Amino acid sequence: MITLGTAILGAVCGMLGSFAVLRKQSLLGDAISHAALPGIAIAFLITETKNSYAILIGALISGLIGTFWIRGMVSKTHLKSDTALGLVLSLFFGVGMLLLTYIQKQPNANQAGLDKYLFGQAATLLVSDVWLLAIVGVISLLVLAIFWKELKLLLFDPDYTKTLGFNIKFLDLLITTFIVLAIVLGLQTVGVVLMSAMLLAPAAAARQWTNRLWVMVVLAAIFGAFSGVFGTAISASTNGLSTGPVIVLVASFFVLVSFIFSPERGILFKQIRKYKNRKALKLFKTLSVMYEIAQTHNDVSRPHAIKILNNFLGYSVNTLKELEDQELIKIDGQMWSMTTEGYNKAAQLFNQNMETNE
Amino acid sequence: MSSAQIEIQLIATIVAAACALPGVFLVLRKMALISDAISHSILPGIVVGFFITQDLASPVNILLAALTGVITVVLVEFIQKTGLVKEDTAIGLVFPAMFSVGVILIALNANDVHLDIDAVLLGELAFAPFDRILIKGTDLGPKALWVVGLILLITLILLITFYKEIKVSTFDQGLAAALGFSPVVMHYGLMSVASVTTVGAFDAVGAILVVALMIAPAATVYLLTNDLKKLLVGAVGIGVLSAISGYWVAHWLDASIAGAITTVLGGLFLLAYLFAPNKGLFSVLYRQKQQRKEVMLLTFLLHIQNHYEEEERHVNHLNEHINWQEVKAKSVLDLASKNNMIAIKNGVIELTEKGQVFTSKAIQYITDNERSEIEGMKDELFLFRG
Repeated sequence: MITLGTAILGAVCGMLGSFAVLRKQSLLGDAISHAALPGIAIAFLITETKNSYAILIGALISGLIGTFWIRGMVSKTHLKSDTALGLVLSLFFGVGMLLLTYIQKQPNANQAGLDKYLFGQAATLLVSDVWLLAIVGVISLLVLAIFWKELKLLLFDPDYTKTLGFNIKFLDLLITTFIVLAIVLGLQTVGVVLMSAMLLAPAAAARQWTNRLWVMVVLAAIFGAFSGVFGTAISASTNGLSTGPVIVLVASFFVLVSFIFSPERGILFKQIRKYKNRKALKLFKTLSVMYEIAQTHNDVSRPHAIKILNNFLGYSVNTLKELEDQELIKIDGQMWSMTTEGYNKAAQLFNQNMETNE
Repeated sequence: MSSAQIEIQLIATIVAAACALPGVFLVLRKMALISDAISHSILPGIVVGFFITQDLASPVNILLAALTGVITVVLVEFIQKTGLVKEDTAIGLVFPAMFSVGVILIALNANDVHLDIDAVLLGELAFAPFDRILIKGTDLGPKALWVVGLILLITLILLITFYKEIKVSTFDQGLAAALGFSPVVMHYGLMSVASVTTVGAFDAVGAILVVALMIAPAATVYLLTNDLKKLLVGAVGIGVLSAISGYWVAHWLDASIAGAITTVLGGLFLLAYLFAPNKGLFSVLYRQKQQRKEVMLLTFLLHIQNHYEEEERHVNHLNEHINWQEVKAKSVLDLASKNNMIAIKNGVIELTEKGQVFTSKAIQYITDNERSEIEGMKDELFLFRG
């Protein structure tokens, strides 16, 4: 049950997180999860129960207020978005803490367990919570499917979207509300601090593997779900490990692997490509030097001493060997000579180079 | 007031001052969120330090934690440099991972560690006076006071010594580099100070409220002034003010001191956000409204000047032709006639001589489209306000 819950949560967060990451609102998740705290406390103060729906609505409202205050601050004052995010995050959290500690001193004995929203306890997931997660997941999937085209357009070119006559305020509100909703739902499971990673990590990992939006969303959902499943399994097998941090670490592991091994953008393949390019450049340099030497003689394949190459850039034992393997030159003792094939290729490269320079 | 109460307020004051100083530069350098990242990701450093020293406030521990903070910054920058994700995503990826490592380290060694995650995240000022420094039986006061006091002192010394350099490198990186101050040294210097301060303050107010103490005073004063010296003094002032009043709010509500301090900070920021003379929300909205009216006035005058037909210049046709609502049209009409730019004869609007001159000038300015001239125009328009 818990595994199912965290898997659904991971999938929903991954899906919606893709939009947050692409809209450069990565840290919005962090701010919103902190900003939800006063809403939780106030909802509890009003209803005096731990009714999770009331608390969710409270968290949703205060999360949305936080989000729009951040927007307002950035558009109406000269404070930058990082300051606005940090302010909302810490100030709302502070107010929430004040209220929570105030609640704890109240005679009402019902308050125990509110602090699960701080660090999250997947173990407290009830069947009804999982249902709620599943319903929200299906609804957000539907919304994404219905508004797919519009949302995609909004992501990549908001101005164009506006000129086409779409109501971008509505679309913006729609996607923001769902992101806030996902965050609020996740609070109970992974807690305030780690929620932002749930939103970000699967999306950031998925981004490395594709340039297509729908592939990214699907991949992010899969990564998120797997993080939930593996995280829950690992934390269940070890005593005293809380689920949230383990899920986050699993998700971070996905990110690390994606950063290194993704074929297009990964660090590993990038380095390999760089190395190959560098080698090709070196070969070309040596070859062009040889070409210039060979050009000055009537007989193209006249042997020259290897020694004279030492003075030129791009020469090394390896490149010489590589050139010989490609049958562009012949080596005889301490002498080298160009083959006709090598001469033609060098001439071709040389002319190309001249053309691009002009 | 008991001596414990005075000590708590003293600690809170010093923590607030120590946080506000680096906070100003973080806000100015658009790195406010780095403080959030540092405050979370020093957790593994603190835990490892705690294993070694069995003491939360020992110098070794603080150094280790500060080192973790700097490592976080380096890691974030490394990820940014790969270009795989945007800057803020890099921050958002690094600190939860580090924090998770810390939480798991605590969980795995729960039996030997008297370290509570609650305390780490939230801190508890009320207990700070109980941890005292005793040398040969003499009570030298709370340990937190000494630690944070020392950090504040070092920050102050660094700030005063390198004030000019920090100032230049904050506002003009290129100039600073050209003058020979290494931006890298400045950057990591600031990061180290921020890390050390975070760790020192951490014990007292917890990871998340450190962020509030760093950013909120700076942001509040930044809405009121652009002068760096005033910013620094004001930020410290606001930090100290909210530390002391926050203590009494907490005392009155019997709630978390750190939470109360942050709430006061939030209240002060909200006041500045709404009412700051030039940059507050209300004055920005008022200014935008005024500017809108000025533009409308100009459009209106141009329209009148361009048309000789009576029908185009009739009062009743105004909203039809320039597409304004009636209320808007009336307020613009009032503004124009108040400034003697138009005269209305039998419902037909005519430009007065003053209006003619003004409008031609405006066209000149607009078609020339020279920035400096438009600036001058603005001043002239100010005259017509009111």
